[in-house]
Amino acid sequence: MTESTGGIDMDEDSSGTVKKFAFINRKAPYGTVYALESLEVVLISAAFDQDVSLMFIDDGVYQIKKGQGTKGIGMKNFSPTYRALEGYDIEKLYVEKESLEERGLTEADLLVDVEVLSRADMAALMEEQDVILSF
Amino acid sequence: MKFGIMVNEGPYNHQSADSAYQFAKAAIEKGHEIHRVFFYHDGVNNATKLTEPPQDDRHIVNRWSKLAEEHGVDLVVCVAAGLRRGIVDENLAAGFRISGLGQLVESGIQADRMVVFGD
Repeated sequence: MTESTGGIDMDEDSSGTVKKFAFINRKAPYGTVYALESLEVVLISAAFDQDVSLMFIDDGVYQIKKGQGTKGIGMKNFSPTYRALEGYDIEKLYVEKESLEERGLTEADLLVDVEVLSRADMAALMEEQDVILSF
Repeated sequence: MKFGIMVNEGPYNHQSADSAYQFAKAAIEKGHEIHRVFFYHDGVNNATKLTEPPQDDRHIVNRWSKLAEEHGVDLVVCVAAGLRRGIVDENLAAGFRISGLGQLVESGIQADRMVVFGD
């Protein structure tokens, strides 16, 4: 873990600071590397005991769509990782209602349990965050 | 104020590499502190010393190195993103170091503001 956490030994991190971290996922899962590499940061952040939220807006909602098949494009289907987040105590997943609707999707199309928020509520939630990493 | 900066795009391909540098420089000139600049995604390409732009163009990589030399700015390249793209110690420009994503999260915790430059 030390290499992936950048050589930082969490036990010796005496700061004890807990901040609200939000990861905003805006892009489709394939086509660019943003979704995959964002997920890598999310997993590392779990080691720092921060208050982590994931937000899915725009084409980012496709990242957690059920039934992804990537054989045809020769890439790894990393969508099962979203299901594993619970095991890392990352349980705050928010999806924007308008983004789902614009794409003809409903909560039933998603592979993880999420809270669906209106665009206005999502904006309010972003306002509450200390650190926002947008991918 | 203490700033953390994240750079997510490659040099010469996307303005975010330029904007991040200009932001960092302006912040330092105004008396602020840059806690760290973390390079991720194609942003890791900001760190290769093999970069040779035409003479009449800005040298993005050397510009970062100079910022590190003159102001002690910590320039950190993500090891996993770097390996994917062939950025390793052997071709790392001066002032950069390779480390893990924990350095990014730590910067978010320690800095007063985290500013992301990306697409």
